[in-house]
Amino acid sequence: MKCQRCQENEATVHYTQVLNGQKTEIHLCEQCAEQEGYMDFSNDNMSIHQLLTSMFPFDQNVNQQQSVSPKHQLACDRCGTTYQQFRKRGKFGCSNCYHAFEAYLNPIFRRVHSGNTKHVGKIPKRVGGNLHKQRELEQLQAKLQQLINDEAFEDAAQVRDQIRKLKEELQENQDGDA
Amino acid sequence: MSLQNFINDAISPWMNTEGLDNDIVLSSRIRLARNFEQVSFPTSGDQEALSKVLEYMQQEFDQQSYKDFKQLQLVKMKDLKPVEKRVLVEKHLISPSLAEKDETGAALISKSEQASIMINEEDHLRIQLYYPGFELSEALNKAQELDDWFEEKIRFAFDENRGYLTSCPTNAGTGLRASVMMHLPALAMTNQINNLIPEINKLGLVVRGIYGEGSEAQGQLYQISNQMTLGKSEEDIVEDLKSVVKQVIENERRAREWIMEQLGIQLEDRIFRSYGILANSRIIQSKEAAKCLSDVRLGIDLGLIKDVSKTILNELMVLTQPAFLQQYANKHYHQMSAMYSVLI
Ligand SMILES: [Zn+2]
Ligand SMILES: [Zn+2]
Repeated sequence: MKCQRCQENEATVHYTQVLNGQKTEIHLCEQCAEQEGYMDFSNDNMSIHQLLTSMFPFDQNVNQQQSVSPKHQLACDRCGTTYQQFRKRGKFGCSNCYHAFEAYLNPIFRRVHSGNTKHVGKIPKRVGGNLHKQRELEQLQAKLQQLINDEAFEDAAQVRDQIRKLKEELQENQDGDA
Repeated sequence: MSLQNFINDAISPWMNTEGLDNDIVLSSRIRLARNFEQVSFPTSGDQEALSKVLEYMQQEFDQQSYKDFKQLQLVKMKDLKPVEKRVLVEKHLISPSLAEKDETGAALISKSEQASIMINEEDHLRIQLYYPGFELSEALNKAQELDDWFEEKIRFAFDENRGYLTSCPTNAGTGLRASVMMHLPALAMTNQINNLIPEINKLGLVVRGIYGEGSEAQGQLYQISNQMTLGKSEEDIVEDLKSVVKQVIENERRAREWIMEQLGIQLEDRIFRSYGILANSRIIQSKEAAKCLSDVRLGIDLGLIKDVSKTILNELMVLTQPAFLQQYANKHYHQMSAMYSVLI
């Protein structure tokens, strides 16, 4: 099998990524896997410490090329943690750090969570109904796609109606908020 | 203060109840990491802010009860002697790193010791629940309820995309670490465990020996837990872990049958030798004690030893930890039977 990214080398790294309830298989060569920010957990009983030190594998690279990149002057405006401190410790200083460093977080999350960057689990009640519905909508859309692939059109029609209803509800709520 | 119970009793009350598949799975644990939205994380070292978190938790939750979790008691690290802290660590009620947080560290522990909420460890709250046997789904349900209860009063840091926000990126999303503690003597005896561990790792799960870092698992106890916390729902994380644990249970059962058939009298000899050592020795190294305890527990589970309680392994694994021995020797030495005369 050829690497999906460069279409040249043999794919030696295989991931199953689950996003919004949808499973995707990813096949890459080693170089592309590294560049894309994936990491292989296999054959390795990794401690949290090892995990942290492997979170930022391109440090050297970055330091050599652009020692005064804007990334390095970045700091959280609430707790004062700088991006460099975050990189060194592997720990955020407060919840706002997630927003302050947002532009650089996807590769890190991909690395430590098997390719995932988006939360699909529990939502606090206070966050309200719309996010719950949004989540439900995403799941239904994935289900619809699956049913269509399986040519289960009767079931698909039902799911399509559910989606329509949910979208209307979401629309109403949004109009209400405005 | 009834703090003394947490420290004096070798086993937590919840360990005395029987759980599913408890001939192999000793306990199930669920941990949820949560943080206050407007307060810097404990990793920031802002002691003033963390003191406020501690004060708030004491005011709102000390001596409260919620459903199954009666009489939550707030225990501050600064009020504990070093040996008392170590006992709580060995009973897994607190982590070693919480024990070091003398200024603002605390734990909210239920009477049954089934729930222990660590305060100001790496995250503001680490909600931990323990169940006997293989009860991950039940443990998750109860942990969610407890989380909802806290959430009625506390605004937790949450982001639509990243989920529950935690100090370490490795916990973000669900903040969920689900784990089981398994006794796998037959897989160890037949050397299958060494092949199994890399296979389990490939599935994104972590396997650890229970006592001693990195080295061979003492007492053939292994902890299996999820690695990834983002991108999967809590239920899916638990279901995926459960399906792997089920397979490990089946493998261990098969290996037990195999060693019974193949080793016969040799196996019985090994088990009863260990029994003899535990029953009659006067001085024993903790490592040897762990091996013997594992053998005896296997003997009980195989029906070879009939007059010893199953919880003996739970109890003795805690008892043979250094801090507990010290504490136990101080208070209860006169009560220790020959079976318990385990010295380091
Ligand atoms: Zn490639
Ligand atoms: Zn910050």
